[in-house]
Amino acid sequence: MNARQGFVGQSVVRREDARFLTGRGQYTDDITLPGQTYGVFVRSPHAHARIKKIDTRAAEKAAGFVGVLTGEHFKAVGGLPCGWLINNPDGTSMKEPRHPVLADGKVRYVGDRVALVVAETQAQAEAAAALVEVDYDVLPSVVDASKAAGAAALVHDDAPCNKCYTWTIGDAPGVDAALAAAAHVTTLSFVNNRLIPNAIEPRAANAQYDVPGDSYTLYVANQNPHVERLLMCAFVLGIPEHKMRVVAPDVGGGFGSKIYLYGEETALVFASKVFKRPIKWTATRSEAFLSDAHGRDHHTTAKLALDKDGRFLALKVDTTANLGAYLSTFASAIPTILYATLLAGQYTTPKIACTVNAMFTNTSPVDAYRGAGRPEATFVVERIVEAAAHELKMDPAELRRRNFIKTFPYATPVGLTYDTGDYNATLSRAIELADVAGYAARKAASAAKGLKRGIGYACYIEACGIAPSAVAGALGARAGLFEAGEVRVHPTGKVTVYTGSHSHGQGHETTFAQVVADRLGIPLEDIDIQHGDTGKILFGMGTYGSRSLAVGGTAIVKALDKVIAKGKKIAAHLMEASDADVVFENGVFKVAGTDKSVPFASVSLTAYVPHNFPHDKLEPGLNENAFYDPSNFTYPAGSYICEVEIDPATGAVRIDRFTACDDFGNVINPMIVEGQVHGGLVQGIGQALLENCVYDDASGQLLSGSYMDYAMPRADDIPHLQVETVKGTPCTHNPLGVKGCGEAGAIGAPAAVMNAVCDALGKQTVPMPATPFNVWKALNA
Amino acid sequence: MPILTLNVNGKAVSREVDPATLLVTFLREDLRLTGTHVGCDTGQCGACTIHVNGVAVKSCSMLAHQAAGASVTTIEGLAAPDGSMHPMQAAFNQCHGLQCGYCTPGMVMSAVDLVKNHKCETEAQIREGLEGNFCRCTGYQNIVKAVQQAAPATKAMA
Repeated sequence: MNARQGFVGQSVVRREDARFLTGRGQYTDDITLPGQTYGVFVRSPHAHARIKKIDTRAAEKAAGFVGVLTGEHFKAVGGLPCGWLINNPDGTSMKEPRHPVLADGKVRYVGDRVALVVAETQAQAEAAAALVEVDYDVLPSVVDASKAAGAAALVHDDAPCNKCYTWTIGDAPGVDAALAAAAHVTTLSFVNNRLIPNAIEPRAANAQYDVPGDSYTLYVANQNPHVERLLMCAFVLGIPEHKMRVVAPDVGGGFGSKIYLYGEETALVFASKVFKRPIKWTATRSEAFLSDAHGRDHHTTAKLALDKDGRFLALKVDTTANLGAYLSTFASAIPTILYATLLAGQYTTPKIACTVNAMFTNTSPVDAYRGAGRPEATFVVERIVEAAAHELKMDPAELRRRNFIKTFPYATPVGLTYDTGDYNATLSRAIELADVAGYAARKAASAAKGLKRGIGYACYIEACGIAPSAVAGALGARAGLFEAGEVRVHPTGKVTVYTGSHSHGQGHETTFAQVVADRLGIPLEDIDIQHGDTGKILFGMGTYGSRSLAVGGTAIVKALDKVIAKGKKIAAHLMEASDADVVFENGVFKVAGTDKSVPFASVSLTAYVPHNFPHDKLEPGLNENAFYDPSNFTYPAGSYICEVEIDPATGAVRIDRFTACDDFGNVINPMIVEGQVHGGLVQGIGQALLENCVYDDASGQLLSGSYMDYAMPRADDIPHLQVETVKGTPCTHNPLGVKGCGEAGAIGAPAAVMNAVCDALGKQTVPMPATPFNVWKALNA
Repeated sequence: MPILTLNVNGKAVSREVDPATLLVTFLREDLRLTGTHVGCDTGQCGACTIHVNGVAVKSCSMLAHQAAGASVTTIEGLAAPDGSMHPMQAAFNQCHGLQCGYCTPGMVMSAVDLVKNHKCETEAQIREGLEGNFCRCTGYQNIVKAVQQAAPATKAMA
């Protein structure tokens, strides 16, 4: 680290902001290519139906019509792949029904893709699409995972009882024995409500086929362009990977929903060759509601065994997870590997067992959404711990403290080894910041006004920096989970860094530059960070699971180490010293113990103008790349405290204060980290109080399909948040000591808010989201 | 097609425009002013907010021809002619009031209107004033901070 510059740890304002603030961002829909055409998808109006006939004759006569494709055209190509294999307890594999690019014989959810209509203008494409006549034979549907096993509807013929898999982890007999013998058992059943991600930029793609080169360029709103390219080329369309360039330009938020390979962009790429024209498609918000991969949707029953002193003995969890109609790219891993492995939370619970039944339903596919399994796990653990505290009439903070893991590394009974942490530190600081000492007085003041006040804690842990590839592979991952970085030093000492981590709001162009500036001792202005283009970046696994800095940042650090190592050799040659005597400090190579020195830019110039150069030992140039595969996950953790005030007459919940205290290890840019926490918290508060994806049980129609029906958090729904990142416990196994901060808020907030609501009402059975109606019903039950 | 004449970002514009064209489509597609974004199809998200005669308008909810003769300002026209940012833009940068940047143009245009034309002395008033604009990234806190910071200089410009 460079002591003189010290960009690391500073709230450097973002370098990427200027283009966004002046309207010069370049999002996918902003790109219009020569000869541009426009695509519109005909979507299923039914939750489940057989397609009897598709008649495109009228559409073909429409003004500006270019072409139409239906499922027939995709029979010869692959289905959209699922990237994670989950096995049943008997060793058989999960069911993987074909996930067609366009519906093939059947539609399985409202919004399922039936046809792609291409025309000269957007309006003409919409008009032509409206003329496509589809004759359906409507079938019974099921949308509720808890009813899927016994439903009349069979989503896929090759998945009996609509089951994708049953998956188990942990010592079930041991857990049952502990439950039977325990002094106290707390039982809780709840639904973790289904959410729709709602990045404000809808999904979009623009596919172009180059005839002379027999090659493709795809612009797409995506979080991991290399993964998109690999999946589309190798598993679906059979396009040679080197003939496809995927560009994810400025992307307007992702939150998971833009990780996946979707049928829309796949159909566009295929069609761009058929029609020999570039085709652009941008989802309307209505389409986004219907067809983006949704999140959460768990039905869970949990039992916590405690001894007479409140020590946790065992945790048993049974979850039914809704996967939707098809397996999205990482769908199978979310309610299993990314969920049940976190059920130890921050506690020493010695025995944990979990069973997950994952079901197909006639709903949009469900996959990772900010937090991805970890919010669901935290909700289980933190709700049941809080419920146990209420049953035992113990202080919820004290009950948690009594069970905190205090020595590290700590191997949980569900497969993870936490490298470091200090859970007491974050809880104590949160209690201080939230003025828990003054709570009783505030509660009395609320009561005097006829209002019910409650307080709720959530002490979350997450596994980020996904992942050691070998571990992930052993658990069923069909991909590696490393990251790649390249540091290209130009002759003048300016630097371009290429990273496989895509930035869609996270501020990589600033944070990564801070790391590079300190390591190389050069000004921020001399550094450019490039991402999001398979034509420029050597490889990348992309941005999700709060992994960018921990994994992508480390890959850059490894490449920087190589640059410095080579630079030392060049400098040694220039100074006629031995390699071992050269040190690099503050952007200058020096011979230790002498006044000889060569600046960084002289070394880079020598590398590219190698007149006086150790050609016998080194190649010219100063350009290094590195791949980094982490040795463990990282484990960010923290404590959140929420205080609510509820009007019993209306059921309206007002968050009076929300306090977050997080340990993210080392922090490169505190301002950006705080912003990430704010955003995560508001998504978590949104889940707890506002947001709910609802399908009609009878018809399978999406009832929450617009911003008038799906309650997005608005500025005036949210209180001022008190956020602090403690000095913390640096990650022990990456050189930056960083853990990741992108999802924490969404992971910890729902449990904190619901615990506060339940505390206020004195009931543990309030459904999430705690809307006024749900709260009023719980109060008057 | 009928001709639409108006002023956009200080420049006179006269174009043939289909009567069914939305103002936002005219700005984005005909004038290639792609800083104004579309985030929904129900007039809820506010990503398309611009100024028409100095007042914030959701440009997805207005036909292009309804702006005939009007003076329109989009995010591209907010900075000073020499390129220096409007105080609101600068405050969003300094306060980290944006992340992915997609809602940002609409949010900034709303915020300028809020400060100039409405009461925004308290945090609650600012939050209420911005409730027509969604942001999924920032949790709004740093947007509120930016508006507070930029308010005096923005008012002084009016």
